[in-house]
Amino acid sequence: MEIGLNHYLVLSTILFAIGLIGVLKRKNLLLLFFATEILLNSVNVAFAAISHYHGDLTGQMFAFFVIAIAASEVAVGLGLLIVWHKRHSNIDLDQMSSMKG
Amino acid sequence: MEIYLYIALFAPFVGSMFAATLGASKKTTIAGIIPSLLLFVSFVASSILLNHILSGGEVVHVEMMTWMQTGNLYIPFGFVVDQISVTMMMVVTLVSTIVHVYAIGYMDHDKAFNRFFAWLSAFVFSMMILVMSDNFAGLFIGWEGVGLCSWALIGFWYHKESATWAANEAFIMNRIADLGMLIGIFLVFWNTGTLQYAEAFAAMQFLDQETLTWMGIFLFIGAMGKSAQFPLHTWLADAMEGPTPVSALIHAATMVTAGVYLVVRSNELYSLIPHVGLFIASLGAFVAIFAASMALVNRDIKRVIAYSTLSQLGYMFAAAGLGAYWVALFHLMAHAFFKALLFLGAGNVMHAMNNELDPFKMGGLGKTMKTTMIMMTLASVALAGIFPLAGFFSKDLILEVAFVDHHFIIYTVLLFTAGLTAFYSFRIIALIFHGEDRHTSLGFHPHEAYKFMLVAISPLLILAIIAGFTMKGTFFEMVTQLLPATEYHVHSALTYWIMTIGTQLFVILAIFFAYKKYMASDIKVPDGTSKMENSFVYKLLINQYYIPYFYEEYLVKSYRELSTVFWKQIDQKIVDATVDGIAGVLYNTGENTRVMQSGNLSTMLRWVVIGLVTILSLAVAFGLTVRYLDEIQAILSGLGA
Repeated sequence: MEIGLNHYLVLSTILFAIGLIGVLKRKNLLLLFFATEILLNSVNVAFAAISHYHGDLTGQMFAFFVIAIAASEVAVGLGLLIVWHKRHSNIDLDQMSSMKG
Repeated sequence: MEIYLYIALFAPFVGSMFAATLGASKKTTIAGIIPSLLLFVSFVASSILLNHILSGGEVVHVEMMTWMQTGNLYIPFGFVVDQISVTMMMVVTLVSTIVHVYAIGYMDHDKAFNRFFAWLSAFVFSMMILVMSDNFAGLFIGWEGVGLCSWALIGFWYHKESATWAANEAFIMNRIADLGMLIGIFLVFWNTGTLQYAEAFAAMQFLDQETLTWMGIFLFIGAMGKSAQFPLHTWLADAMEGPTPVSALIHAATMVTAGVYLVVRSNELYSLIPHVGLFIASLGAFVAIFAASMALVNRDIKRVIAYSTLSQLGYMFAAAGLGAYWVALFHLMAHAFFKALLFLGAGNVMHAMNNELDPFKMGGLGKTMKTTMIMMTLASVALAGIFPLAGFFSKDLILEVAFVDHHFIIYTVLLFTAGLTAFYSFRIIALIFHGEDRHTSLGFHPHEAYKFMLVAISPLLILAIIAGFTMKGTFFEMVTQLLPATEYHVHSALTYWIMTIGTQLFVILAIFFAYKKYMASDIKVPDGTSKMENSFVYKLLINQYYIPYFYEEYLVKSYRELSTVFWKQIDQKIVDATVDGIAGVLYNTGENTRVMQSGNLSTMLRWVVIGLVTILSLAVAFGLTVRYLDEIQAILSGLGA
């Protein structure tokens, strides 16, 4: 069986769904970051696949940008996470409600 | 010449602005002196323009700038100095200069001295716009401007309940009439396509009678309000609540004559519709006798003079209605001089008597106030129309007009009114200046007014004496270049002499009767017990024919009740309820949705996902609908069939 564009897109969709459920369900901040990484990388898979399918490098370039931004986002996020953990000695989402309106 | 036009027009404005900048600060005499000087400048500029017109110069016409230009509508800020407006300019600037100087003395002790001059000069500016405008729109602006200033000046002592009431009454009554005037102006524009006097009147020659009649009627309704003609007359007597210089300037000499000016200015229109003219003349004659009868018994010197003004306005309208426009304008001018003089004299008396207005409490003031007495007596003689003072020439002319045109009812009414005029004028003169000193027992210490005030008003005295015989010929030659030059001559010389001498004798008899009756030593302050005061006629007259009572009882009260119903039922229950309802919905929405902001990151992320899914589904649904639009339409039409 030849592996075609559709297979990649299905994979991307499955990964996105997993990431989305992770974002909705996880209460641990660290695991929330994992979930967002899965979301971003599912999109990267789709970008790369479609780029290859069309023979156009733009999509792959976009994927690189996404990787770079994801990396910096995680760096900032982890930094904040460590500070939070030092102060409150937990990283439970339900405890973070200082923005309550 | 244009520069003089601008100076005459804008000098009062500058004066007003100057006094207004000092409005909030403490009383400074300079706030009265500068506007007076600027008005004198305006007067000089007007005189130069008059001289220019008299020496046969061209009519000065300027367009300062465009005011409105849209579609077919073109209205410039245009001003014209022709024979009619230059007459009005002279009257306005002369009387207002004198009144300004007088008011420096009269308002001397008033805390709001500066504010007074700001409004008084603003009034003069509005009046100049009114008379100088070359189109109906500019006239209307001036018309409203004088109304506003009149309101502010009647209610000048706004801490007095009666003053604010009178100010509002004047303003509201004028608004009612102004609606009529506005409709008239709309009709003019609708039918002639322009508001410029010259073009509009030229176009009117080709319109049908009915349209012209409506135009004439609606414009005259505006004139009725400003000139306080029946049934909109009640505000003028109540307007006497204002300071006396205001009464002299606005409610005697200038503003109230704006209605007459309008009719004179629109003479080409009214010449085409003589039936409306006859109505105006009849109403004028009626108002003349109606107002004079109320003046007979009134116990307030300013109100007596106000009724006299009303009566004289009736004379002017009678003349204008009969087509004798130049006579009306002439009487307007002569009347401005002696009536302003009479009012300013009354102001002196008021000052001397600590604002007491009841002439029955005065008496014998002639001993301390000789100059004022002479001035007021001569003004009254002029008003009564005794040869050779100003009133004789203008008023007798109106009688002749009525006689020559065979309107004998109007003639008789006006003749009888002339007698009444003489009687009530000399009734107050006799009561104020002659007879016993009734005021001493009441604790008054009268004194003559400041010298400079007396000097300031003396030009009016001179004009009241000489305006008739010196100016009549020149005036006739000047204004008849614009107005119909109808000369009114009684055909037989004998009839003429009988008429003139008869009128004079009648008037003089009335004066003697007044002196005899009110100089008697047994005059007391009426206390409501005498036989005369309990008679029906006296009660009718002192209550102004119960017209204010009627207005209050039947118009104002029912209007108030109607307003209450609208307020409680419609405004509160429908309008307010709708607005409150909308606000309530928004408020409740906010109250109910704020629980979304729990501050919990998981919840917020959940809302983000819900929003994303909603938008995506909508996008997909919309895309599908667009793609399968044809099929959907086919299915829907299948359902319909």
